[in-house]
Amino acid sequence: MSEYGKLVKEGLWSNNQALVALLGLCPLLAVSNTAINGLGMGIATTVVVTLSNGTVSLIRNWVRQEVRLPVFVIIIASFVTAVELSMNAWFHELYKILGIFIPLIVTNCIIIGRAEAFASKNPVGRSLLDGLAIGIGFTLVLFTLGALREITGLGTLFTQADLMFGEGARNLTLSLGDDFKGMLLAILPPGAFIGLGFLIALKNLIDRRATQTKTVPVSAAQPEPTAG
Amino acid sequence: MNRHPVILAGLILTLFAIAGSGLVAFTYWQTADRIAQNERDALLHQLHVLVPAESIDNDIISDTVTLQAPDLMGRPETLVYLGRKGGKSVAAVFTPVVPDGYSGPIKLLVAVKMNGTLGGVRVISHKETPGLGDQIEERKSDWILRFAGKSLNNPTLSHWKVKRDGGDFDQFTGATITPRSIVKAAKNTLLYFRDRGQALFERGKAPEKEKKPAADEHG
Repeated sequence: MSEYGKLVKEGLWSNNQALVALLGLCPLLAVSNTAINGLGMGIATTVVVTLSNGTVSLIRNWVRQEVRLPVFVIIIASFVTAVELSMNAWFHELYKILGIFIPLIVTNCIIIGRAEAFASKNPVGRSLLDGLAIGIGFTLVLFTLGALREITGLGTLFTQADLMFGEGARNLTLSLGDDFKGMLLAILPPGAFIGLGFLIALKNLIDRRATQTKTVPVSAAQPEPTAG
Repeated sequence: MNRHPVILAGLILTLFAIAGSGLVAFTYWQTADRIAQNERDALLHQLHVLVPAESIDNDIISDTVTLQAPDLMGRPETLVYLGRKGGKSVAAVFTPVVPDGYSGPIKLLVAVKMNGTLGGVRVISHKETPGLGDQIEERKSDWILRFAGKSLNNPTLSHWKVKRDGGDFDQFTGATITPRSIVKAAKNTLLYFRDRGQALFERGKAPEKEKKPAADEHG
């Protein structure tokens, strides 16, 4: 697999920050109550992590070790504030829902984690790709968790899609029928923990299946009665 | 160079602080007008739902008074938007806070027409339990819409309560405190308007034509 392909695979799956590293749980749990909220937060985080990775990589050779971390923090905080103002200007309704969580992106460990662990040691192109892959991986988890919680908790999917995609997206909202009142627990914070637990379990299950399939020829050569 | 690492480090840090602040300042400069316009539009949209745009001809966002009635309005100072048409008073939109919700204060918009009926009630922000108390939201249920057209005579004052307390308003399954507190807040606003509503319009800035000199006076 090419070097870039490996980066993408790590960001999306094998080193997924939410499912494997378990970083960024605060925003993950707080705004994953609907699919659209999760998507909005995910995109904002992706923009910040990509920009900060790129910038940190650009300056990695002439920032002294002693002030490395404060400089990263300044870069991240500036980008987050810029993203926050832009969202307020162009996605005002969505901003009103996610508003208090956007500044919290600063404290999202994923971003400083990638700056320190990856971008400060790698060239710009790879750092940008890493940021993008990590961000999209995080967005996918936020979106999936949001969709699951929304379906079980509210009985709908893509409510308030118009906040992000404009008036035309109003009919995107799907409903499971008026009889379904939803399971309150899924919308409350415990629902986020339980849902995340299921997603992690599912990922581990898929990974184990994958390793088992790979080892099948080996075990066929040396049959073991306890296999499986 | 290496003899002054601290100074060099400090310089680098300063440089980044300046660059970072520059980026933020530039974004702010680019977005400030648009954000202000968004907030204005959002507020105007909310007000127009309660006081239809065609029923007034003044700038309702700027035509405001502040009143002090903490016992009825739940906050020390309450902003009131005044709607007028052709210089005649049409409706007042109060911004009371409900202090006795189930969890935390609930911010409301309560519009009262000149004949003492409610133009409507809307919840601006709240922290009530999702799935139970949050049915006060317009998008969750039509409960809040039922206030429109009510007045102190309809139902009578003694029936301005939720049904569990012997009044006329529905409570929610599993949540009585939230609707009870909002019914009370709407009633209090009507009571204030009955006694002192007319005076608000006289205190408020005069209609359009006299507006400019008045604004100059207050500098």
